[in-house]
Amino acid sequence: MFATGTSPCASRKGATAREGFVLMSLPDPSFLIIQALNGLTNAMFLFLIASGLSIIFGVLGVLNFAHGSLYMLGAYLTHQCVSFFVDVPGYFWWAVILASLAVALLGGVIERLFLRRLYHREELYQLLFTYALVLILSDLAKLIWGTDQFSVSRPAILKGAVEIFGQYFPKYNVVIIFLGPCIAFLFWFIMLRTRWGRMIRAAALDRETLGALGVNVNLLFTVVFVSGSWLAGLGGALVSPVSAIVPGMDVEIIINAFIVVVIGGLGSFWGTFLGALIVGQVYSLGILVLPRLSMVFIYVLMVLVLIIRPWGLLGRSLQR
Amino acid sequence: MLLEVENIHTAYGLSRVLFGVSIKINAGEVVALLGRNGVGKTTTLRSIMGLNPPHIGSIKWRGREIVGLPPYEIARRGIAFVPEDRRIFSDLTVWENLDVAIKSSGAKGPDWTLERVFALFPALEPIRGRRGGYLSGGEQQMLTIARALMGNPQLLLLDEPSEGLAPIVVQQLGEQISRLKQEGMTILLSEQNSEFSLSLSDKVYILEKGEVRFEGSVDEFIQDEETYRSYLTV
Ligand SMILES: Nc1ncnc2c1ncn2[C@@H]1O[C@H](COP(=O)(O)OP(=O)(O)OP(=O)(O)O)[C@@H](O)[C@H]1O
Ligand SMILES: [Mg+2]
Repeated sequence: MFATGTSPCASRKGATAREGFVLMSLPDPSFLIIQALNGLTNAMFLFLIASGLSIIFGVLGVLNFAHGSLYMLGAYLTHQCVSFFVDVPGYFWWAVILASLAVALLGGVIERLFLRRLYHREELYQLLFTYALVLILSDLAKLIWGTDQFSVSRPAILKGAVEIFGQYFPKYNVVIIFLGPCIAFLFWFIMLRTRWGRMIRAAALDRETLGALGVNVNLLFTVVFVSGSWLAGLGGALVSPVSAIVPGMDVEIIINAFIVVVIGGLGSFWGTFLGALIVGQVYSLGILVLPRLSMVFIYVLMVLVLIIRPWGLLGRSLQR
Repeated sequence: MLLEVENIHTAYGLSRVLFGVSIKINAGEVVALLGRNGVGKTTTLRSIMGLNPPHIGSIKWRGREIVGLPPYEIARRGIAFVPEDRRIFSDLTVWENLDVAIKSSGAKGPDWTLERVFALFPALEPIRGRRGGYLSGGEQQMLTIARALMGNPQLLLLDEPSEGLAPIVVQQLGEQISRLKQEGMTILLSEQNSEFSLSLSDKVYILEKGEVRFEGSVDEFIQDEETYRSYLTV
């Protein structure tokens, strides 16, 4: 969870908790703004991860537990690439591109070789398979990179901070905050304005009928799984400068991503976006009230959503 | 011979449904496949489309075996299936439903464009932006046929198109199907409603418990209607 100190949220927990304590005695609006911006940064990471999870579920009908493992591999691979290419100009960006593409490729292999055989089976088999992947990939990562903690330094042009109302906010985070909506827009554009997007939405509704219309749905599924995996890898790659790369980051992110989609509505694109924004803000503002227990607010929120709207804020009821 | 179905046996798991069905269709013909509830009409069409491939028997399309090909391959070779439950993509608009059915590769048939489809089904044009889930039964039926046409098929498998539609809508649909026939489309029409299908068809097959009980021209069928009626009405 966030509290273990490895997630994008928790990586700044030490600082924010201390300052949060100060806030109790001396409320400072500019500090609140910075804290909200931190929440926004986390929200964008969460959105990146959860949107991949959500689209894979929405189209393939598979709840991919290993999505967090792909994110973790994205982070480790970025660290690896960075240490290979330190002398190359712009090495950080090359590392991000390479690592995320490698994760996408791995996603393709997973879908083609294994997952494909399980679509016709009961959901339990799919869950067991993706859970087995979590265990395998986490052991694999430990085998290759050990249990040490790694970190990647921010790219040179994004070192330093910008001043906002007298407070400093890292430039890198500013970029992340802009990147999130860009990815969301790209996503929206592909799904609603391109033929591939229309076919993906049709496949999510009725794969058999789409196949009978001449569309190679197997190929479409591979494309969706690869794209979702790429988003996970990209999330891991981009988080590497602001979060520790350690074993366990896979499970931590998948739990948070699940919370996001449960709150927003699994399979709903805007729901995922909204869920990420809410979780990001509730976490980073909650920390000001209960520094050690801010996850509690998120759990309470999730439970409330589950009671009042079990299909999520913007999701759809499964009853037809 | 455009399509040659020979002695196919199809089952759903352990429950066997077709017991050696054979059907021949020439280019340009409209062939009626008649029979009561549950005799295997849908199963026959789904077998041809590759959705429930037969475990025995052969299906030749333009002389080539197609049993074992995935449905999308069969579709690309020029066969289109219009399911009885319509299967409109409910979240996609009318236009989007038509768009996803355009094939990038494959069969060369008469070129169906959006304009031609709207000329055949004028009722679809004003609602092109409406979601599939909000269409009436008649509109849905037109849309499924229109969607199948967008892939430029040479053979349409129409599964009970008149089912559940008001008489006036059925009549209109009949006119549209006969226009398709005039334009040279080959159609295999599965129906319980024999009045509707006989007026459109050249040939008739009657199915009973997964077997063909009659095959012949519409005239032959009408001459001996008494006998064959027993296979249709309860
Ligand atoms: N998915 C399935 N699994 C098992 N049995 C099935 C399945 N679909 C159909 N059947 C059975 O196969 C038989 C033939 O069904 P089919 O749908 O082909 O009949 P039909 O002639 O199209 O009937 P209708 O006029 O009601 O559409 C029926 O007895 C039906 O119960
Ligand atoms: Mg039927």
